[in-house]
Amino acid sequence: MADPLVIIGAGQAASQLVASLAQDGFQGEICLVGDEPHLPYQRPPLSKKFLAGELALDRLYVKPAAFYEKAGSRLLLGQRAQRIDRAGRAVLLADGSRLPYSTLVLATGSRPRELPLPGAFYLRNIADVDAIRGQLAPGKSLVVIGGGYIGLELAAVAVKLGVAVTVLEQAPRLMARGVGPVVSQFYTRLHGEEGVVIRTGAMVRSLEGKRVVCEGARYDADIVVVGAGAVPNVELAREAGLAVEDGIVIDEQCRTDDASIYAIGDCASLHHDLAGRRLRLESVHNALEQARIAAAAICGRKPPAVQVPWFWTDQYDVKMQMAGLSADHDLAVVRGDAERGRSFAVFYLREGTLIAVDAINRAPEFMMSKQLIAERAKIDPARLGDESVAMKDMRN
Amino acid sequence: MAKIVFEEPDGTERAIDIASGQSIMEGAVRNGIVGIDADCGGACSCATCMVYVPEDWLARLPAKDSTEQSMLEFCPHVQANSRLSCQIQVSDALDGLRLKVPQSQQ
Repeated sequence: MADPLVIIGAGQAASQLVASLAQDGFQGEICLVGDEPHLPYQRPPLSKKFLAGELALDRLYVKPAAFYEKAGSRLLLGQRAQRIDRAGRAVLLADGSRLPYSTLVLATGSRPRELPLPGAFYLRNIADVDAIRGQLAPGKSLVVIGGGYIGLELAAVAVKLGVAVTVLEQAPRLMARGVGPVVSQFYTRLHGEEGVVIRTGAMVRSLEGKRVVCEGARYDADIVVVGAGAVPNVELAREAGLAVEDGIVIDEQCRTDDASIYAIGDCASLHHDLAGRRLRLESVHNALEQARIAAAAICGRKPPAVQVPWFWTDQYDVKMQMAGLSADHDLAVVRGDAERGRSFAVFYLREGTLIAVDAINRAPEFMMSKQLIAERAKIDPARLGDESVAMKDMRN
Repeated sequence: MAKIVFEEPDGTERAIDIASGQSIMEGAVRNGIVGIDADCGGACSCATCMVYVPEDWLARLPAKDSTEQSMLEFCPHVQANSRLSCQIQVSDALDGLRLKVPQSQQ
């Protein structure tokens, strides 16, 4: 019998890969190795509804255990992969056992960027939430270091639980990596309205017990959580001699430079036509999409077309949906009122072509833009900003 | 608990039991119903869990909110009887509901 297809990592990419392989008619054995004791689970709710206690653990799991058995897969949970022996086509596990593979898929994900602040918490997995949640009680104080998606979602949940929350961001504005300045300003206002203290340009120097020491200021907290971005888990790939630049280098079929090894999700770097360069994306959509592409490639089927990347964040009663990649825009157009209320959109254009949107409680703007971005549509900026032109009439 | 029948894109019919309080989408995904992608996991952020509801069931389902309405409006294969299955909580009253899954969510 042939050696199994081995997946290292048991997150959403891995779970989707098992599902897609089954749908694509994969007949072989699958072996899924994950270092957490859990079945593959959804991470987005960890800083939202699960953290708030509004979603039970069993609803976090993507699929029940029976699903994996039915799909012909064996789960090796709580097991860490130590090394890849490419010549011998096997994965060496931390417990000393050797797992031969016919095809290997790296779905190793990413981990929080650590800061030299001993005693600080991070928010990435279920165990992290368990550690943090007990501290989020009325009258407690929380300092969040990092004003990105995770940090702000945590702040939103905590302040609603009666916690006094301060967010320290070293950049001049919130979520600077992902959104434009208008959106950053909106989130500063939003969190202010909800009672969160936001300090931008805050350079954290050290954590002394429960006191965060910044340049020129100190903040006392019952708990300190760092949300300073993520770094890809590429060590296994690098040590095995696979090409790595930021993420594990993959082709349009999610294959690495070793034809029998694929990489998918947060850990992988794929060339995106929309950006005109290689990108490593940390998003559920990216994880699921690359899982579907890899499954098709493994089964010799035509892979699904690459879609416009999209992301979302829920904070308070505000859902922001983002599509496309705004980094290289030369024009930003606001539709609606960003300075009052909680509903507007910002469109990003480059040389007249719509390349991205940040839609705040604006589902039509998001949905329509996703299509227009995929079409590389050139849209008159005046029309985009004109609320009397309906989104569905925006194609011109 | 309700027994809900899905007609998958290739015509296969599958009946599954979904516990009350879960969404139809969650039940479908856990049971591997083909064609319910549900990329966002039920946050009403992606519109990839769309289903078609028979006419006589439409009025018996909980009403759409404005987000679901707007998301649906822009779904590629939307019909007047489309719903996002993540926005429908299961109750005993839904026992016997039959849903059709679109050819594609894209």
